[in-house]
Amino acid sequence: MPLLAETRQVVLDREHCVSLLRQMMRIRRFEEKCAELYSASKIRGFLHLYVGEEAVAAGAMAILQPDDAIVSTYREHGHALARGVSARTIMAEMYGKQEGCSRGRGGSMHLFDAATRFYGGNAIVGGGLPIAVGLALADKMQGQQRVTACFFGEGAVAEGEFHESMNLAALWRLPVVFCCENNLYAMGTALGRSESEVDLCLKAASYEIAAWPVDGMDVIASEDATRRAYLAVHSGGGPCFLEFRTYRFRAHSMFDPQLYREKQEVEEWKKRDPITALQSRMQEQGLLSEQDLTRLEDEIAGEITDAVQFAENGSLEPIDALTRFVYSEKQSA
Amino acid sequence: MSTDGKVTHMTYREAMRQALRDALLRDPRVFIMGEDVGRYGGCYAVTKGLLEEFGPERIRDTPLSESAFVGAGIGAALGGMRPIVEIMTVNFSLLALDQIVNNAATMLHMSGGQFNIPLVIRMTTGAGRQLAAQHSHSLEGWYAHIPGLRIVAPATLEDARGMLWSALEDPDPVLIFEHNALYNMEGELAADAGAVDLDKAAVRRAGTDVSLITYGGSLWKTVSAAEQLAQSSISAEVIDLRALRPLDTATVVESVCATHRAVIVDEGWRSGGISAEISARIMEEAFYELDAPVVRICGAEVPVPYPKHLEDAALPQSAAIVEAVNRMVGRHG
Repeated sequence: MPLLAETRQVVLDREHCVSLLRQMMRIRRFEEKCAELYSASKIRGFLHLYVGEEAVAAGAMAILQPDDAIVSTYREHGHALARGVSARTIMAEMYGKQEGCSRGRGGSMHLFDAATRFYGGNAIVGGGLPIAVGLALADKMQGQQRVTACFFGEGAVAEGEFHESMNLAALWRLPVVFCCENNLYAMGTALGRSESEVDLCLKAASYEIAAWPVDGMDVIASEDATRRAYLAVHSGGGPCFLEFRTYRFRAHSMFDPQLYREKQEVEEWKKRDPITALQSRMQEQGLLSEQDLTRLEDEIAGEITDAVQFAENGSLEPIDALTRFVYSEKQSA
Repeated sequence: MSTDGKVTHMTYREAMRQALRDALLRDPRVFIMGEDVGRYGGCYAVTKGLLEEFGPERIRDTPLSESAFVGAGIGAALGGMRPIVEIMTVNFSLLALDQIVNNAATMLHMSGGQFNIPLVIRMTTGAGRQLAAQHSHSLEGWYAHIPGLRIVAPATLEDARGMLWSALEDPDPVLIFEHNALYNMEGELAADAGAVDLDKAAVRRAGTDVSLITYGGSLWKTVSAAEQLAQSSISAEVIDLRALRPLDTATVVESVCATHRAVIVDEGWRSGGISAEISARIMEEAFYELDAPVVRICGAEVPVPYPKHLEDAALPQSAAIVEAVNRMVGRHG
């Protein structure tokens, strides 16, 4: 990948790289724990893991500011964690406890958090894009200097909502960074089996949107690309489209025998694991010792143990509260 | 107030436009978005003149992208605006069903009460203009099926003028269904007419022998039937539901308990329609009060046809209401 080669020459800042590495490792370890808890029936419903794609969330969120809005998908644990939604409330959400970030009403696919402007957790493919357009429209109309980042998979480009949203965002020059995570498979359907044109940037470009591909297995490249898009969008240039080329190491969900891809392909991509890739680069430049790594692992293990404990100790919402949150309980301002 | 007692002669369309204009003047967060709402002046001319007065930022023409602009309305509402989205007809709203049902109606709940959506969607409904099977349906009953939405159907000038502001003040999504046959209806409106409630049915004509329960475009046909029945000394009470969700069961039941007979008039189809819901509630709450089985007069179970004689035959008409009531009370005319 040429993009990786480009960034390999860059001199890395130790502290910053450690923070990117920490984010990716947090996401990886958190989700490994989720898979374990799923097998133990602590987590139910659908569980879509992000393992392999961590560089995208870690890289992109490093650029986004607290004021910005995030719209995400059902594979959003990584986005939520990297955004700053606490591991505790995310885990409690997966347990269906009322201490969860959506009071347990949403589960794995519907993480929401007003404090970090995290607008879900949308489990209809493509359904989040129009909402991102609207959030950006509100900002533009109110003169707010902030950005909306909208994450979605490459499967979404087949939806009409993708095309409608691209057009509307470009037409109105709205401040949206469209972050397409191209992991090559829409559940089990390979991109080439579902699209006549597989160049996703070309699709975005046809709406007069600046678009470019990014090595989504490289966190530094992901961060750099997001920075570039962010600056363009923030300066009023209208939306940008980033195609993060990435790969999902695990199954689509917990019910997927993966009949649609070769084991060899998965193994090849695993050689480009974004976490080990960054670790190696840092080690090559003398920025990461074994001790550093052990300390990171320990910190993260502590955070996850704490999150699980928090979820275990959480409470179930009383059944007589079942019909709450269908309509607002207070008048909005 | 200086306007006390003063009335103005106007159409339903003008009452609606006055409501829109008033909202735009009162709240800078309010804006209108939809197909041909600006330059064209609105498909049914409701928004005519508003572009000239309020400019293209607040009177936004959109591409033919129902899903994107309804979703953008959701996003803009989340972002602090008070959007009024206009959809040309209820048939077209099906292109935005994902946004309305999966997002607008669910997000408050999925987010555990964090994200309410103060969005107003206006759309035309109903038949009577020979527009055939893709512009004439009455699907408001479908929407009334969805928890999280508020469904209203203004049938009078007062409601056309007053429901919009109440809908804008509501913290949750409100869908306003305007029957196309009402736009040219003329009447007197108090100069100081203002906001009205969104959840109470209204008794439009008091009576003692039978309760005629209806809403929207069928209201005036039902009132006309009641006037004809009065000539043969049958006193019919006419209830205008005004809101289909929440449904004001109490007003319906109170009336049925007094008259002991109920006829439901609905332009929507009978099978699985809102008329079935109303009938079921009467059974649940007033079964022993009934002197006769509930009668329903609904749209014929056919896509609305183009030729006038067939379209007329497909819709509830005053004559059918009169005939049904006569049969019910044992008179044959």
